[in-house]
Amino acid sequence: MLSIKNLHASVEGKEILKGINLEVKAGEVHAIMGPNGSGKSTLSQVLAGNEAYEVTGGEITLNGKNLLEQETEERAREGIFLAFQYPVEIPGVSNLQFLRTAVNAMRTHRGEPEINAAEFMKLAKEVSKQVDLDPAFLKRGVNEGFSGGEKKRNEIMQALLLQPKLAILDETDSGLDIDALKVVSDGVNALRSEDRAILMVTHYQRLLNHIVPDHVHVLAGGRIIKSGGRELALELEERGYGWLGIRDEDTANETGQ
Amino acid sequence: MATTDQEVNELIKKGYEHGFVTEIEADTFEPGLNEDVIARLSQIKGEPEWMLEWRLKAYRRWLEMDEPDWAHVGYPKIDYNAISYYSAPKRKEDMPQSLDEVDPELLKTYEKLGIPLHEREKLAGVAVDAVFDSVSVATTFKEPLAKAGVVFCSISEAIRDYPELVQKYLGSVVPQGDNFFAALNSAVFSDGTFVYVPKGVRCPMELSTYFRINAANTGQFERTLIIAEDSSYVSYLEGCTAPMRDENQLHAAVVELVALDDAQIKYSTVQNWYPGDENGKGGIYNFVTKRGACIGRNSKISWTQVETGSAVTWKYPSCVLRGENSVGEFYSVALTNNFQQADTGTKMVHLGKNTRSTIISKGISAGKSSNAYRGLVKFGPGAEGARNFTQCDSLLIGDRCAAHTFPYIESKNKSAIVEHEATTSKVSDEQMFLCRQRGIDPEQAVSMIVNGFCKEVFKELPMEFAVEAGKLLEVSLEGSVG
Repeated sequence: MLSIKNLHASVEGKEILKGINLEVKAGEVHAIMGPNGSGKSTLSQVLAGNEAYEVTGGEITLNGKNLLEQETEERAREGIFLAFQYPVEIPGVSNLQFLRTAVNAMRTHRGEPEINAAEFMKLAKEVSKQVDLDPAFLKRGVNEGFSGGEKKRNEIMQALLLQPKLAILDETDSGLDIDALKVVSDGVNALRSEDRAILMVTHYQRLLNHIVPDHVHVLAGGRIIKSGGRELALELEERGYGWLGIRDEDTANETGQ
Repeated sequence: MATTDQEVNELIKKGYEHGFVTEIEADTFEPGLNEDVIARLSQIKGEPEWMLEWRLKAYRRWLEMDEPDWAHVGYPKIDYNAISYYSAPKRKEDMPQSLDEVDPELLKTYEKLGIPLHEREKLAGVAVDAVFDSVSVATTFKEPLAKAGVVFCSISEAIRDYPELVQKYLGSVVPQGDNFFAALNSAVFSDGTFVYVPKGVRCPMELSTYFRINAANTGQFERTLIIAEDSSYVSYLEGCTAPMRDENQLHAAVVELVALDDAQIKYSTVQNWYPGDENGKGGIYNFVTKRGACIGRNSKISWTQVETGSAVTWKYPSCVLRGENSVGEFYSVALTNNFQQADTGTKMVHLGKNTRSTIISKGISAGKSSNAYRGLVKFGPGAEGARNFTQCDSLLIGDRCAAHTFPYIESKNKSAIVEHEATTSKVSDEQMFLCRQRGIDPEQAVSMIVNGFCKEVFKELPMEFAVEAGKLLEVSLEGSVG
């Protein structure tokens, strides 16, 4: 489904990704792990098409289509979803209006009729329960005054509504207490399906106890330095990033998100 | 940063939709202003002697006044003798007695503007008074309104048919010599709307007027007077458009509202005069004096305005809160784009006890435009327990526009309470990226973000116009992202 070949990217002239290679098939869950500053968030942003990042080499294809030729919104309509690490607020725009506009943009792209307000309200209420969000949230401004945990649940709710082909979860576990982590993980597990791939970007392995990945990759210095199965994450937890010769703490100069 | 700004700049480049010119025969005065012109104007309108005297008094006053230059706007000096002060569509016979007799060309103009009078009559239940250049063309719904006792007619008719009311209230809120443009208007106003709501009557429908400047080199000087007697209620909406012309055109209106005991007036404006092209050529100079007097106890006047048009706007709808417990409100959205300049805001003058006022102003600047909020909150010595809340928010789109806030507060009463909040924000790259990552078009995203920003004001507009206002913002912003 997703194929990344020798991807180089930089932000403000500084090279962050230095040759990423990754193949993700439909139905698979991949975890990208790595210390701060390794390029994890940059990879998520580049896949979603954030224009603050410049791709300087390599290629990305989604189901054979060249992603790098597509605008952010086109990629989204082709099925790329990014759950943000720090979702931004849009004051005065209700969550409901925002989500319906998004869902209808996808529907229009697929040649389907738009969903009307009443129908959408029903759908959105059901999905909000799935991530344990009070339907009253739908009427509030997008992320306006949401707590960190509420923002993350809101992101997962959006993924459930938009039903993407590839869901990229950027540090979805950060800032969550154990109960919220469970709710978010259940949401992500509900997303798992034969025709969908999930890419989880995370610093810690604790999320992987709830969402068990098929593949684990370790990113450091802008390259994937080790790949393996579930056991790689456990070993990392046991032995720390130092085991792979990576310094963790003091490289915390990750740019962008 | 670069991306959004570039996108936004492209979104801003959007054409003006109401820029057509209607080919109709018109009687138009030669440009120029003197006492003879005023006398001719008064004569054409069949005005009584007192009206002519009133106009001439205003004119003499105006001659002694200087054009104000304190506003945060700049424009070349206006030659008041190069403007024609009267233009009226020529009629085949006499005045039309009903819509069927109105020139079909004119009606088509209103169709193009999206105001099919016939349909409005039947479907919307909105009574419309349409002012084309200098004269009132058709007033719908006169009869059902008359049954309720509401008078809704052109100001020219009112001068003929309700001289006592006009003499009593005309100039009572905005005196002739109030300011340069008000004095000019008092001398040469050619038409406008008159509304009288008798005691205890709740006006059965929204009243609305559409103004249109069509003829070249013509000024539009309309005069609106609304009187709400004790315990009455009226909601009034005005809409404005003009054709695209390379020369600037002058619009200097005066609106006076009078609310007596327990009366309520809600006045909404959707102003979309031609703003000039993307290089700042042409467009309307919109110099307007709007003021309401809450004379009665517990009376209330609300101004809601959505201002997206005009090259230069100079406008401060105000409330004089004289009656005890009276309430003044001002809700404003002002959007400027390209080279537009707006200096707008309000004055809340608290004179009576326990008077309250609320000001919510939302300024949106895009392109190379400049948008200023100017507001005065004043408490007289008798304004015991009076209170004001002001919120001024500015939103910047792109990095070449400007927003300014000039709040003035004067208090002569120690018990008065004033609260003032102000913010300036920008449509951020992060917000745009979030929207686009969810599959939303950049144009739609900007429009959604701007509409969200204006939400508190839009909810004050009558329902159908709130939708219209939202669309208008979308149109005005189109081309600023791409």
